[in-house]
Amino acid sequence: MKWARTTAIVFLVAVSAACLLANVIAPASYAHQFREETNASPSRQHPLGTDDLGRDRFARVLYGTRVSLLLAPAAALLTSLLAAFVGGIAGFAGGRVERFVMAGTDLFLSLPWLFLLITVRALLPLNVSPIVSVLITFAMLGCLGWAGAARIICADARALAQSDFILLARASGSNGFRLLWHHLVPNLKPVLYAQFWISVPVFILTEANLGILGLGVAEPLPSWGSLLRELESFSTISGQAWQLVPLILFILVVSSFHLVLTKGELPV
Amino acid sequence: MKKVLATFVLLTLIALGSNHVLAQSGGELHFCLRSEPKTLNPLLAADDASETVRYLTGGVLVRVNRLTQELEPELATSWKVTNGGKTITFQVRDGLRFSDGTPFSADDVAYTMQQLMDPALHSPTGDAFRSSEGKVENEVLPKNRVRITFPAPIAGLDRLFDQVAIMSAKSPQKELAVLGPYFVGENKAGSYLILKRNPNYWEKDPAGRPLPYIESVRLDIQQNRDIEMLRLTRGEIHFINSLDAEYFDKVAAQDPAMAHDAGASLDSEEMWFNQVASSPLPSYKKAWFTSTNFRRAISESINREDLARIVFRGHARPAVGPVSPANKFWFNAKLQAHPFDQKSALQRLTQDGFHLQDGVLKDRDGHAVEFSVITNAGNKYRERMATMIQQDLSDIGIKLNVVTLDFPSLIERITHTFDYEACLLGLVNDELDPNAQMTVWLSSADSHQWNPSQKTPATAWEAEIDKLMRAQASTLDPKKRKADFDKVQEIAWQQEPFIYLVNKNALSAVSPAVHNAHPVVLRPQVYWNIDQLSLTSEVARNR
Repeated sequence: MKWARTTAIVFLVAVSAACLLANVIAPASYAHQFREETNASPSRQHPLGTDDLGRDRFARVLYGTRVSLLLAPAAALLTSLLAAFVGGIAGFAGGRVERFVMAGTDLFLSLPWLFLLITVRALLPLNVSPIVSVLITFAMLGCLGWAGAARIICADARALAQSDFILLARASGSNGFRLLWHHLVPNLKPVLYAQFWISVPVFILTEANLGILGLGVAEPLPSWGSLLRELESFSTISGQAWQLVPLILFILVVSSFHLVLTKGELPV
Repeated sequence: MKKVLATFVLLTLIALGSNHVLAQSGGELHFCLRSEPKTLNPLLAADDASETVRYLTGGVLVRVNRLTQELEPELATSWKVTNGGKTITFQVRDGLRFSDGTPFSADDVAYTMQQLMDPALHSPTGDAFRSSEGKVENEVLPKNRVRITFPAPIAGLDRLFDQVAIMSAKSPQKELAVLGPYFVGENKAGSYLILKRNPNYWEKDPAGRPLPYIESVRLDIQQNRDIEMLRLTRGEIHFINSLDAEYFDKVAAQDPAMAHDAGASLDSEEMWFNQVASSPLPSYKKAWFTSTNFRRAISESINREDLARIVFRGHARPAVGPVSPANKFWFNAKLQAHPFDQKSALQRLTQDGFHLQDGVLKDRDGHAVEFSVITNAGNKYRERMATMIQQDLSDIGIKLNVVTLDFPSLIERITHTFDYEACLLGLVNDELDPNAQMTVWLSSADSHQWNPSQKTPATAWEAEIDKLMRAQASTLDPKKRKADFDKVQEIAWQQEPFIYLVNKNALSAVSPAVHNAHPVVLRPQVYWNIDQLSLTSEVARNR
């Protein structure tokens, strides 16, 4: 499977590069409405045609992928750090601290995410630019997604804390912080990597779901969520295969993330 | 010679093409409801599905002809409004029976009105009759007449009876005994309803054949519009009463004969600015939003033709004002939709001290003009309109932020916290009479969206609208009412508290198997003449 993993990495790098160079590659602004060319078929001017409002779909795919591909890993990083902090401390401390922290984590896990996101989104100020809006959306995802990962890390940290090498380190005079930083954290890295890579596609999907509900990234900024909304009615797609490009790209990117994950980063 | 004569007569009849002569009795008409009816009690119907069942089963004293928009006799042969609009007297048809065989009389009308006006029932239909505090008097008169007296005059009183399905005072079946063309034969909760032909229905066609022609109506509950479309194309249902533009174009592409665009409907899409004095907006924004020049400038900067052409695929027309041109009597034909004229918009803004600086519009204090518009999430037509308006306004240096909110949050902002700047929503209008818009136009009303529940009118023009709306409601003279409401429309056109965007067209799809269907703009668009509809002989036999 090494070839598959290599292909996935190359693909992700290529997609990321294309998105970062969107300003150069895109034939038009993602927001400009060519009102006389709505729902146009692919052409030299618009390689993936135009959407309902006459916006260049290729430009929107590039910029939308950039948004989702940059911000989903950022949110995943935030989630992984929060999970490492909460889960690591709880697992390492054990006893009452662990029970208390894990009770809070369980409470967090039992929250209805979607409604919470919708509520928080509704409470935000209205006059924010689309860029700020998308940052807020992913920051919320990052802040709300740590609980599941924290439970796994807590369990792992607890097992490590009771292991022989930690006992040996304690016997050698290592105190709390040194024990945590030099012995525990390095051994938690594989789990943290795995949690990070798992979170990336999850956040991409969550933003897409929020987008389908109309609660994702604000117009006119595109994201995979808003691009996938074009496909919400299956009868729309018939006869316009090029509309499937964002979906295919989305599947390929998410699959690539999973392929990258298959070796090395999985907890053992 | 006789054979030749008979053939000639037959050919003449066919050539005349009388629907009644050709109408095929029998068969089962199929169509979909988007949700389950919340009630089968006609007095409590408020949702679309319940209103559909009420329309198909309920017998009414008078009916608004959905094609001509004129009032026509049904269970009442004549009626008279007297006492300055407080009293209405109906002459009721003799010899009619409910679907279960119970005789119908003026007593049933009195009973229905008594039920309708019972405060404990909370009938939404009854609300339209509650003009003021006081008791409604129902008096059964000799010769099958009934007189109903309200505590205060009600303008357009007779037309309100279009919604009142008469119930039996004596039938053991209570509200299930009906006088309409069908009665509820079977109700499988969450799945379907079957309405069966009322054997005692009073109306006959010109040839003396009993109506309705179709034996039964099956209403399948189907929320998914894609599935509804598939079922139509497979021939499993006979029509879709109301389509959006996207689905309509798909139907038209598959079979142009099925697609019916009846023209502009009564429904409108509009945006408005928050003018509530106590809202938490900065004072400079309040000053913008309360300025007529500012609102007019925004209105003139919006390309309504493009909204209609692109968002609604040409199945909408630029809106003029509070009344759609589909409302034949009440629309003020002197008014035209505001033209798309960004030059004029900038001139108006300049009059208020706004100026362009590096492509950004600024007010006289140097604040860049930026505001947000909220709309309900999930409504792609409104989201697209907002996005197009965003580009239009950017052309005159205004930054518009489009915010989609879930509906409860949006309602909370526009009705309680007033923490919003502009809102884009639609108005679904069922009523032709301007009295239905009293709650929107009176400054003291809750639904006076831009600045609701005012103790005293905030502006002179709102005071003028209050005066005119009350004046039209207190007279029975149609000409005087029309003149007053025309002025209201003119003021609304000049001041633009609501920036009317488009009137959507009434779109429907009807299978060629249905005869005599003439979709109209008023609800229910396709089956308004349900008793006259028939199915082709092949379909009628197969069902």
